[in-house]
Amino acid sequence: MLNKNFYLILTISLVFAISFWIGFNLNLLPAEASINAPIYDELFKILFIIGLIIFIGMTIAVIYSLFKFRKRNDQIGDGIALEGNLSLEIVWTIIPSIIVLLIGLYSYNIYDRMGGMKELNHNHEMMSSNTEKIWAGISQTSDNEIAINNLSIEVSAMQFAFLFNYPKGNFISGELHVPVDQKVSMKMESKDVIHAFWVPEFRIKQDIIPGQPTILNFTPTKVGKYPIICAELCGPYHGGMRASIIVEEESDYNEWFNKNKKPEVNL
Amino acid sequence: MTISIDPQKTNNESLQPKGWLRYFSFSLDHKVIGIQYLVCGFLFYLIGGTLASAIRIELASPMSDFMPRDVYNQVLTLHGTIMIFLWIVPVVNGAFGNYLIPFYVGARDMAFPRLNAVAFWLIPPSGLMLVASYFVEGAAQAGWTAYPPLSITTPQSGQIIWILSVLLLGGSSIFGGINFIATIIKLRRPGLKLMQLPMYCWAMLGTSLLVVLSTPVLAGTLILLSFDIIANTGFFNPVLGGNVVVYQHLFWFYSHPAVYIMVLPAFGLVSEILPVHARKPLFGYTTMVFSIMGIVVLGLVVWAHHMFTSGTPPWMRLFFTIATAFIAVPTGIKFFNWVATLWGGKISINSAMLFSCGFIINFVFGGITGVALAQVPFDIHVHDTYFVVAHFHYIVYGGTVFIIFSSIYHWFPKVTGKMLNEKLGILHFIITFIGFNLCFAPQHWLGLNGMPRRVAEYDPQFQFVNQISSLGALLMAISTIPFLINVFLSVRNGKDAGDNPWNALTPEWLTSSPPPVENWEGEAPLVEEPYGYGKEIS
Repeated sequence: MLNKNFYLILTISLVFAISFWIGFNLNLLPAEASINAPIYDELFKILFIIGLIIFIGMTIAVIYSLFKFRKRNDQIGDGIALEGNLSLEIVWTIIPSIIVLLIGLYSYNIYDRMGGMKELNHNHEMMSSNTEKIWAGISQTSDNEIAINNLSIEVSAMQFAFLFNYPKGNFISGELHVPVDQKVSMKMESKDVIHAFWVPEFRIKQDIIPGQPTILNFTPTKVGKYPIICAELCGPYHGGMRASIIVEEESDYNEWFNKNKKPEVNL
Repeated sequence: MTISIDPQKTNNESLQPKGWLRYFSFSLDHKVIGIQYLVCGFLFYLIGGTLASAIRIELASPMSDFMPRDVYNQVLTLHGTIMIFLWIVPVVNGAFGNYLIPFYVGARDMAFPRLNAVAFWLIPPSGLMLVASYFVEGAAQAGWTAYPPLSITTPQSGQIIWILSVLLLGGSSIFGGINFIATIIKLRRPGLKLMQLPMYCWAMLGTSLLVVLSTPVLAGTLILLSFDIIANTGFFNPVLGGNVVVYQHLFWFYSHPAVYIMVLPAFGLVSEILPVHARKPLFGYTTMVFSIMGIVVLGLVVWAHHMFTSGTPPWMRLFFTIATAFIAVPTGIKFFNWVATLWGGKISINSAMLFSCGFIINFVFGGITGVALAQVPFDIHVHDTYFVVAHFHYIVYGGTVFIIFSSIYHWFPKVTGKMLNEKLGILHFIITFIGFNLCFAPQHWLGLNGMPRRVAEYDPQFQFVNQISSLGALLMAISTIPFLINVFLSVRNGKDAGDNPWNALTPEWLTSSPPPVENWEGEAPLVEEPYGYGKEIS
């Protein structure tokens, strides 16, 4: 009996060790280029390790049962008439409930750190009136958080392109240029069907919905060029609906901005 | 109170054709209807599988080069619609439900045999209509979700035929659901208590409740959508003041429970198969029943987890995260109970057992990614990517389709009186298992790293992993060959099975194989312990 327990504990420890090792050493995610990304990757790592423990454990249990309890040629009759075990069943109801609850609380914490739980900012500078209904994605800005250098960009999506309007510079660009380490605030609207704005390296995504503007805020942390991908089926050329976001040092960004800036036109 | 049915009234034998012709007739025999569902579903599975192969051929290279882009969108729309509405839902509900439920409750047929036949005969015309819409003006191309405004702006004839077809299939599903509820509640033989029913009855009771509660919502939604398309109304058309997100709520109010409509019957079927081949009682019958009902209740309040990026308020995201993650608890109980059923058994390693164990492993994997996807911050990155594609194929293919094959190996001797060839069956399992995992496991990585779903072209850096996935799809296509050979050879020259080759205790095995028209020659047997293995011996 002691021997059996020893092997059980050994197996469980091995499953944990392997899961933790894989979880910490196998990177399945792209580069981290926004303040959201490391927070996301932290959640991913935890979920990955818990998932591995459960998956490897269950797989071992199934394969072990198939070998250990397979019917030998000389065997007749049935297995043991075991119809259940209430305490065991209570254990595997309560433990998963606790795990699920902890994961839920933890991901709430992650979501809060990403800015998802903040109340919508009702005095958003880009809102034309307070009655306009805006749904927000993650990284919302709260009233007291609007920084002076907060960058506001209006995104319009259409079949099959993104256009980026810089209201302060009065110009429209097909490429999204942003300075590094500054909060960017986007108001997104679709001209036709539903599109989605996704930057895998930023771990953010928000649908762009016709008739209902959405806002999305993010802070890039790494200079570079990243793809902007439409993630919602929008027609035949959906796969080709891509743009680039270029994260630059502030000086490079200002140079680009001033080159494209147009004077205000008085109508 | 149970209602006894007069066999002469419901099944006028002299009017029903005999032999293979009865499978092409408006037969009222639940066993014939069950086989009609199964074979019809399998033919559509072959069509849907061909479409899947076309998708994987297109994705073997990063450019859109195998078919025109709009045809690609039609192919993926038809693939999804056919696999869900014409293969999995009709087969796990209609085929096995019709064949087994009357046996399990000790009845000679379903409660409403004519409604049953109508429900089946709605399927072939709507399926053919759906496939034929390709030749009109092109099939629907807005995905199986048919989100407006895309579904309003794409060519109308294809979308309208798609709506009509799904409405008919939904109607068929509702008829079936009503029939199962009535049969399980009202047609039980005298003396048979609810808590003595085989687990598949409970699974079908839960599933049918979901069908009856949620399918009408889909029907209403699609009728409104069709008004938007043909009558220029503005329910979901933003140009006319409609709201596209409302459609998504209504659509997923059906389509998330639809996942349980596809997997709960599979949970029931595997609960029948495992005890027989492990020679052990089903572990924890009562908790299994409660977890099915728990899944039914929770399954109705989780739909918005499909819409975390659509524009939903924070409180809603939080509620649906918790509700969704908690489905893992009753589901987990079932998986632990199945492993406990295997534990200490005398397990016959045969095709039915292997497919069932393959199901457990695949579904656990899909369940784990499901709990991860339920977390809003996790989902926001991978929503609408290949990660999601991989996740739900682990659920519906690695889960349900594995159980459909397991069930075919298990009940083929009952239906035909012949055994299937075990060597070909095990070969079928090995190729399917390897092919499936090779096809879908790498897609998790694709999604995490930036490949959205429903695209005909992609970033060239993903080519190698996509080719591995396509190779897996090729293996899956090949795996159908030993299965088909096996079925055709065994129907003609298979080894005689006898009445009960597995020495099973559930009621369908306590009659001849194939069973007589009235299911039993005499009285229906009273089976109080459908899983009483190991009792007589010890």
